[in-house]
Amino acid sequence: MALFDAWKKLKDGLSKTRDSLFGKVAQLVNSKSSIDADFLEKLEEILISADVGAGTTQTIIESIKKRVKQEGYESSGELTHLLKDELARVLQATGDAAPGALLLPEGPRPFVVMVVGVNGAGKTTTIGKLAYNYREAGYSVVVGAADTFRAAANEQLEIWAKRAGVEIIQQAHGADPGAVAFDAVSSAMAKKAEVVIIDTAGRLHTKTNLMEELKKIRRVLEKRLPGAPHEVLLVLDASTGQNALQQVKHFTEAVQVTGLVLTKLDGTAKGGIVLAISHDMQTPVKFVGVGEQIDDLQVFDRAAFVDALFEGTEIAT
Amino acid sequence: MFESLSQKLEAVFKKLRGEGKVTEANITETLREVRRVLLDADVNYKVAKDFIEKVQARAVGQEVLNSITPGQLIIKIIYDEMVKLLGESKAEIRTSNTPPTVILVAGLQGSGKTTFSAKLANFLKKKGSNPLLVAADVYRPAAIDQLMMLGKQLGIPVYVDREAGAVKIATDSIDFARKNIRDTVIIDTAGRLHVDEAMMQEVAAIKEKTSPHEILFVVDAMTGQDAVNTAKAFHDRLNFDGVVLTKLDGDSRGGAALSIRAVVQTPIKFIGVGEKLDALEPFHPDRIASRILGMGDIVTLVEKAQEQFDQVKAVKLEEKLRKSQFTLEDFLEQLHEVKKMGPLSQVLSMIPGANRIPNDVQVDDRALVRIEAMIQSMTKEERARPSMINGSRRRRIAVGSGTSVQEINRLLKQFEEMQKMMRRFSKGNMKKAMRGMRFPTG
Repeated sequence: MALFDAWKKLKDGLSKTRDSLFGKVAQLVNSKSSIDADFLEKLEEILISADVGAGTTQTIIESIKKRVKQEGYESSGELTHLLKDELARVLQATGDAAPGALLLPEGPRPFVVMVVGVNGAGKTTTIGKLAYNYREAGYSVVVGAADTFRAAANEQLEIWAKRAGVEIIQQAHGADPGAVAFDAVSSAMAKKAEVVIIDTAGRLHTKTNLMEELKKIRRVLEKRLPGAPHEVLLVLDASTGQNALQQVKHFTEAVQVTGLVLTKLDGTAKGGIVLAISHDMQTPVKFVGVGEQIDDLQVFDRAAFVDALFEGTEIAT
Repeated sequence: MFESLSQKLEAVFKKLRGEGKVTEANITETLREVRRVLLDADVNYKVAKDFIEKVQARAVGQEVLNSITPGQLIIKIIYDEMVKLLGESKAEIRTSNTPPTVILVAGLQGSGKTTFSAKLANFLKKKGSNPLLVAADVYRPAAIDQLMMLGKQLGIPVYVDREAGAVKIATDSIDFARKNIRDTVIIDTAGRLHVDEAMMQEVAAIKEKTSPHEILFVVDAMTGQDAVNTAKAFHDRLNFDGVVLTKLDGDSRGGAALSIRAVVQTPIKFIGVGEKLDALEPFHPDRIASRILGMGDIVTLVEKAQEQFDQVKAVKLEEKLRKSQFTLEDFLEQLHEVKKMGPLSQVLSMIPGANRIPNDVQVDDRALVRIEAMIQSMTKEERARPSMINGSRRRRIAVGSGTSVQEINRLLKQFEEMQKMMRRFSKGNMKKAMRGMRFPTG
C-alpha cells in the first residue's frame, strides 16, 4: 500500500531537496576538514537560500559555533554529524508524526479533517490526494466542497473526488460554506463514513472577514459533531518565504491548526521553511506534496526527513 | 513579529550618538541590520549581498562620513538605491499595429495566472479594448471552467476547446479573435514548474506559434528565495516582457520583487491586490521599497535623514561664516537649498544674512533665478573673491546671465554687506545671531 512505503517515497520525494540544499552541505563537508569562518558563511548561504530564515539560520550557526568551541569538532565526519544534529534539533520542535500517520487514530467516527490555506497553496489538489490515500488505506471517505467562492472550485474538487473514488458533497457556487460543511458531516454520519475532508476557499490570513468565516465553519463542524474537526491542516506552498510564519500564526489563532502540508516540493524550492516553522511554532508537518499525480502525497516524518537530507554524504546513517 | 527597520536602526543610531567620529564599523553595523531586514523580507541571499555591497560603496564617502547621523543617510541611500533597482512604474502592454495583440500569461502553479488573466481582460476592456480570454490550461481540473465563469462575470468571451492541446488552442484562438474582431488575446496557460522540461517546452512552443507581443510572468508575492530560480528559468525560456506580482494584499514583504528585478531586467508591471476582478494596480517602486524595508515609517526616516543632512550643511556654513570664508559659491549653494524648500516668503529667514537684505529689494522667486544666473556666470575665482570683479568682468557677467551691470552691482553690494555682517558675528555672539536662521524641520 502506497502509504506504508512512506519512508522510501519520502526519500524519493526529498531527493531534489537533498540534491540542491543538502547536496551543497555535503560538498562543503567533504571539502572542509574544520569549521572556519568561510564554512560558516557558506552554510549560512545554503540555509538562508533554502528559506530557513535569517533568525533560524542564526540560531543553528550559533549553536554550531558554540559546540565547536566547547567540543572542538574538527573532522568532516564530526561536522556532518553536528550539522545533522542541529537540524534535527530544530525540527524536533514539531513533535513526531509517526510513519503511516494516515492511519486514523482511535476515536469516534467520522474523523473530520478541515483543510485551510492561502490562495494557490494547493488545498484542493492536496484533498484529492488525501482522499485517495485514505480510501487506499481502506477508509470510506466523504469530501465537502466548502470552497463556494472561487470560480469552478466545485468542479475541480469533483474531478479529484472522481479520481479518488470518493463521494463529494456540494452546493451551488456562492452557497454558505458552513452549510456545505454541515451537510458533508451529516451525510458522512448517516452513511457511517469514516473520514470527512472539508475543502475551504483560499484566503489570505490578513483578511479579517474571511478568517471569521473560517472560524464559523469550524464552529459549525464542532456543533454538528462534538470533537470535530479532529484535524485542521494548513496547506503551505514549499516556495513560500518567511510569510509562511505569519500564515501559520494567523490560521492557528483562527482555527487551531493541528498540522501542515508542504506542497510543490518537487520544484527547486527547498522547503527549508519547515525548519523556520519548527523553530518558531510548534506545528508538526504531516504531509508533503511532490507532484501532480494522485499518489504524489507522502507522509512527512522528521527522522526520515533528516536522514534523507544527509543521504549520500559520507556520514549517511 | 518583525521589528521594523526604523526601530532597529534607531537602536543602532543610539549607540552611535555621542561618538565623535564615524568609522567603517559604524556603517557595517547599520548595514548588517539592513541585510537582516532584507532577508526577513525574502530578498534573495545573493541579491541582498550585492545590494548591501553597492550601498556600502556609495555610503562610505565624504558625504556620509561628515554627517552627524550617518545611519540615517545610509538608510536614505538604501531607499534610493532600492527604488532605482525596482525600476519605474510602467503598467503598459505592448500592442500590435495589426490586431490582435497577443498576450501570453505564464507562471508556477497557484501563482494566480487565471485570476490575473481575467483582471487584465477587465482592465483592458475598461480602456476600450475588446479582449478575448483563452483557456489554454488543459491540465488542472476545472481550470477551463474557472476562466469561463470569470469571463461570464466580466462579459468577456472565452475561447475554449476541450478536445485540443494547449498549443493548438492558443494558435486557433488568434484566428478566432481575427474573425470575431477581438483586438486583444490573453492566453492563460497552465501553471508549471520551471524544472518540468516537457511543460516548459510546451509553453515555449505556444510562444513560438503565437508570437506574443507581450509575455507576462506571474509570481506570488509571498515567494521566498526560490523566486530567482523560477524567474530566471522562465525568462531563459520565454524572455518575458514584464512581471506581475500577485497577492500583495496580504502582509508579505514582497522581497521577491527585488530579487526578480535583480536577476531579470524586465519591469514589474502590475500588482494584484485582492480577489475582486478590479483589484489590479500599476506597480509603484517606492511603495514596494517601503514595504520591503519594513512598511510606512521608512519615509519618515528618509525625511529625517534629509533634514539631518541639511543641518550638517548648516554647521559647515556656520564654520565658514565664523572664519569669514563665506563666498558667492556658498551663497549659490544656499540659494539651491532655498529653492528646494519651497515658497521664498517662508524660507527667506532661513538664509544666513538674508534678513539683512534691504527691504526695498523685491526678492521674489524670479529674482532668485536671476541671482543664480549671475553667480553662475562668474568664474570660480570670482565667486571666491568678489573684490576682483572689476567693470569689465561685470559687463561680461551681465551679458552671460542676461542681466544688467546695475543688477550685478546691486548683488555684489548686498553680498559685501552680508560679509561685513558676518564678520561682526564672528566677534563672538554667533549663536545669538544665528537664532532665527534655523533650518526647516519639516
